[in-house]
Amino acid sequence: MDFLIGWLAIIPSYATPLLLASLGLIICERAGVLNLGAEGLMAVGAMTGAIIVLSGGNPWAALGGGAVAAAALALLFGLATVVKRADHTLSGLAIVAIGLGMTGVLGRPYVQKTFPGIETLGDLFGIDRGTVFGRIVAVQDPVTIALPLVVFALWWWLQKTRSGLRLTAVGENPAAADVAGIDIQLTQLAAVLASGVLCGLAGAYLSVATSHVWVEGMVAARGWVAIALVIFARWNPARALLGALLFGAADALVPRLQAIGADFPVYLTMTAPYILTLGVLVLSSLRGKTSGEPGFLGRVYLRQDKH
Amino acid sequence: MIDTLHQSGGRGTLFPGTPPALDLRGIDKAFDGKPALVDASFSLEWGEVHAIVGENGAGKSTLMNVAAGVYAADGGEQTIDGKARSPRSPMEATAAGLGMVHQHFRLVQSFTVSENILLSLGRDSRIRTPAQAAAAIAAKAAEVGLPVDPARVVADLSTAERQRVEIVRVLLLGARILILDEPTAVLSEEEAKMLLSFVRRLARQGHAVVLITHKFREVAGFCDRITIMRHGKTVMAGAPVADIDEGEVARLMVGEALAVSERPLSSPGAVNLSVSGLTQKPDRFGQGLNALNFELHAGEVLGIAGVGGNGQEELVACLTGLSRQDQGSIRLGGRDLSRASPYDRRKAGLRIIPSDRFETGLVRELSIAENLALTQVAKGNFGGTFFLNRKGMRHAATAAIQSFDIRGASPERAAALLSGGNAQKVLLARELDAGMKVLVAHSPSRGLDMKATLFVRNAIKQAVEGGAACLLISEDLNEVLSLSHRVAVMNRGSIAGCRAIGDVTPEWIGALLAGHV
Repeated sequence: MDFLIGWLAIIPSYATPLLLASLGLIICERAGVLNLGAEGLMAVGAMTGAIIVLSGGNPWAALGGGAVAAAALALLFGLATVVKRADHTLSGLAIVAIGLGMTGVLGRPYVQKTFPGIETLGDLFGIDRGTVFGRIVAVQDPVTIALPLVVFALWWWLQKTRSGLRLTAVGENPAAADVAGIDIQLTQLAAVLASGVLCGLAGAYLSVATSHVWVEGMVAARGWVAIALVIFARWNPARALLGALLFGAADALVPRLQAIGADFPVYLTMTAPYILTLGVLVLSSLRGKTSGEPGFLGRVYLRQDKH
Repeated sequence: MIDTLHQSGGRGTLFPGTPPALDLRGIDKAFDGKPALVDASFSLEWGEVHAIVGENGAGKSTLMNVAAGVYAADGGEQTIDGKARSPRSPMEATAAGLGMVHQHFRLVQSFTVSENILLSLGRDSRIRTPAQAAAAIAAKAAEVGLPVDPARVVADLSTAERQRVEIVRVLLLGARILILDEPTAVLSEEEAKMLLSFVRRLARQGHAVVLITHKFREVAGFCDRITIMRHGKTVMAGAPVADIDEGEVARLMVGEALAVSERPLSSPGAVNLSVSGLTQKPDRFGQGLNALNFELHAGEVLGIAGVGGNGQEELVACLTGLSRQDQGSIRLGGRDLSRASPYDRRKAGLRIIPSDRFETGLVRELSIAENLALTQVAKGNFGGTFFLNRKGMRHAATAAIQSFDIRGASPERAAALLSGGNAQKVLLARELDAGMKVLVAHSPSRGLDMKATLFVRNAIKQAVEGGAACLLISEDLNEVLSLSHRVAVMNRGSIAGCRAIGDVTPEWIGALLAGHV
């Protein structure tokens, strides 16, 4: 019972960064830009967040700072892919390399220094930790609690509003969107920036809200998991919430099992999220055409006019 | 005769004294220096259905794309409803009340009908949600009598249904001038009839409709006036349909320059290629083939004329072995090649000049020498299993560059860097070799300048005089008529007729092209 409660309590904090990053990627890929740079963007967000808190900043400002820093890197990615029409895959991998490399160098003075994170609901509202409900809810933070609302808002925007439709149209059929008078490049650039903000937020959440420390490589492939999550979610924010909880649960299992001293190979449990990711991708590929993948994802649109 | 501009009359001119709905004068347009429209003109009245006819490449679509703001004209004047307007984008044209439905629909497949239409509405439109759009679509569809279900996903709709969505969208955006670019080409007989009756109804309600078409039947049955274009010029402007007969339309479409010198075969050679009962079911996008039969003799050019998209691509694919026919046989020099691979067909003596020289002809990234050697290396002509004989390839390429007069080229130059004419010469140098028995040439001079065109045609002539047989498939009538000993016309996947060159008349070709007989 203790094991179960402890596990349930930490699932949201594992799911939150995955969900934040995949929501960003959903926006970006709905506009047709394949963003494989999530891992790098998250690393920049995580490091920036840690530096801001360690320099005496407010943890909330740290989350914002992480988002802005990652958005700056995403802008570089956007300039390459959207404006200069560079290959999406290669540019994305370059962003990963830049993000990981940069954080490794710039973050060196801040490694392994712990700092206070954002307040939990227990701190804010003085929730009694005696009950089962209290034990699970008290450790949650405002970001996690607000996320379902964000998911709903994003889903509603994509499905029900004209601007959301325009974004999706750009990723599905840019020629049709072009004829409808939509500025393709502007839309894609905005979408790339949004993915930068959300991936940065995800990274900053990891360091500021979850681990309260910056360590090089702490993103630990969560950016790649988020990319798989988008495919699992069929580019739908509501399904991304479900997927994030599933992936988060698998991810959270490792420390819980270690905590109760279960005796089995730690490497096996550590690879669980990746095996789950791989399984999900295989299953998704079997679905074929109904995968929900944007029709023009990762391709470069050149207008065929003859002006 | 040529200039019959501003004809009055026709059964559709319901509003005498009002300015024309659309007026285009002296429109010039060139693509990459090649003129597509030369002083073209067109005038459309309110309340009429006006047909624009002409061969492929006559400039019909280009002229209407200028009117609809897709292309910017190089010169000329345009008025919409009497006001000088030259829309610079489709949106501007729509705002001015003119909408065009293109041959290729611009719809997002994964969206519903209402979502698609919502997408194209301007920012200031009162319709903001899919539900509001659905209501507006239903209302407009009922008003004009065109069945459209706003809730369905476009990917699940038939071609005819998608076309109706496009039409309702254009009308909903406020178009009162409707341009339909070959709308019936993708429709069944029944669907076409329905669309054309709808178009008539629309005109009666006071709209103005332009119908781009190849089919005289549609002109005679549903249009008020007709404008004929040839080589980017308006050769007949807005004549009342009642005053003109099919023969005259065919003659004006095709031109007077058809008179061809007779070119009888001195002595018909052996049958090099024999195709019988070649049948292929139509796939989702293409045209099927209906039991094609023809024989090709040594020393003969059989020209296949026809408007593009009537099965030419499919015929070439079946002959080359890139796709497999459902029924029928292909025999080359007595050997049955019906199920042979492209490589075996090539070994048997089949050579191809594809319509897109960089799609199935040359490899862009490879050098001229490598492209030339491409069909030879498998036979071991340039080295054995492990080593290529680069020196031999270079020598062969140098010789080819000389004999085919490939300009500004060295053997090491990448094929992608060649001009269209020189790339075609590389292709000819490779295909017209000693082993050739049958040459399938698909639009061999497409996109080439006059000099390169002559070169290509001479090369084909020489090849045929050397004992090969050539199947020349081309949308360019002049090309077919200048090279062929016999001419066949393809229409809707069938051979509509075949005559010796001496018996070919403009009326005959025109009627077959237009889908008659």
